[in-house]
Amino acid sequence: MLNKPTSLVGNPIIRGVTVLLMAPILLFALYVQWHGDYGPGGGFQAGVIFAVGIIAHGLIFGVRATQRMISPDAVRIGAVIGWMLYLMTGVISMWRGAEFLNYSALVHDPLHGQHYGILSIELGVGITVASVMILLFYSFVGGGRNT
Amino acid sequence: MLLVVGFALVLIRDLFAVAMLTGIYSLLSACFFMLQDAVDVAFTEAAVGAGITTILFLATMSQVGRTERKPKNKPWFAIGLCSLVAALLVYASFDMPDYGDPLAPVHQHVAPRYTETSPNEVGPPNMVTSVLASYRGYDTLGETGVVFTAGVGVLLLLGPGLRRRYRRDLPAPKDGKKHAE
Repeated sequence: MLNKPTSLVGNPIIRGVTVLLMAPILLFALYVQWHGDYGPGGGFQAGVIFAVGIIAHGLIFGVRATQRMISPDAVRIGAVIGWMLYLMTGVISMWRGAEFLNYSALVHDPLHGQHYGILSIELGVGITVASVMILLFYSFVGGGRNT
Repeated sequence: MLLVVGFALVLIRDLFAVAMLTGIYSLLSACFFMLQDAVDVAFTEAAVGAGITTILFLATMSQVGRTERKPKNKPWFAIGLCSLVAALLVYASFDMPDYGDPLAPVHQHVAPRYTETSPNEVGPPNMVTSVLASYRGYDTLGETGVVFTAGVGVLLLLGPGLRRRYRRDLPAPKDGKKHAE
């Protein structure tokens, strides 16, 4: 099982490399998240990359250690919050007198409105995707009989 | 190369090798998309297909074991049907416009409008983002909903014990009950 100290998990080189790589992976995820307007990337990719960073931690240090850092309840709530953020962006633009998900109405300048709207929904997508991926990992790995 | 990996995927029974090959297949597809200048698609394929799917396969494998059972029957009918459909698809692809043909229908529909007006209408330099997030906002909302629904589905199937086990493994459980597994 993954959370028993097998030879792979106890290997100091793998632990060291994971510790070294985890911060850059999370940082790259944030870069992809916020830079999606200008280069390739966006919420989906950023969420997946973020989740990969967390899951790598779980694979090497055991899923219990990861769950102390990010609890299963937190990822469940995160999955809801992301989607709600997306929906609320649409509802707010509707409330400000435009169609659902028409970001031009969010602020006075339509281009700024589009910018904020896209950032907001991409953040929502990112939160949902990252949460669901971590949730899947918790469900699969934490779901064994002999944990 | 994709074909070789695909056939290897079907024939190999060791699931660890299959998971790795799936990752390789995704990485090759990502290179393929990259060659076609579809950077966003390539990025997604590399992150989702080669990255997290492989890890989730490995995680699942740690629960179900790593060898596949040998199938008892030979599915000749299914193989024949698949080959027939594949042949039909290849035959249909002869009718497709040439790659990069500017007169192809797909380049004549809404694409010119997006490329002309999106810098003034939406703004972001990456046009894929403006199409995905703004023009096609409903689609993306639905896609996020699909991801969310998938998470809910897995939770419903595998989840009921998740919180209980998490509580049990905490250093000092508050309710103090013991949960039999």
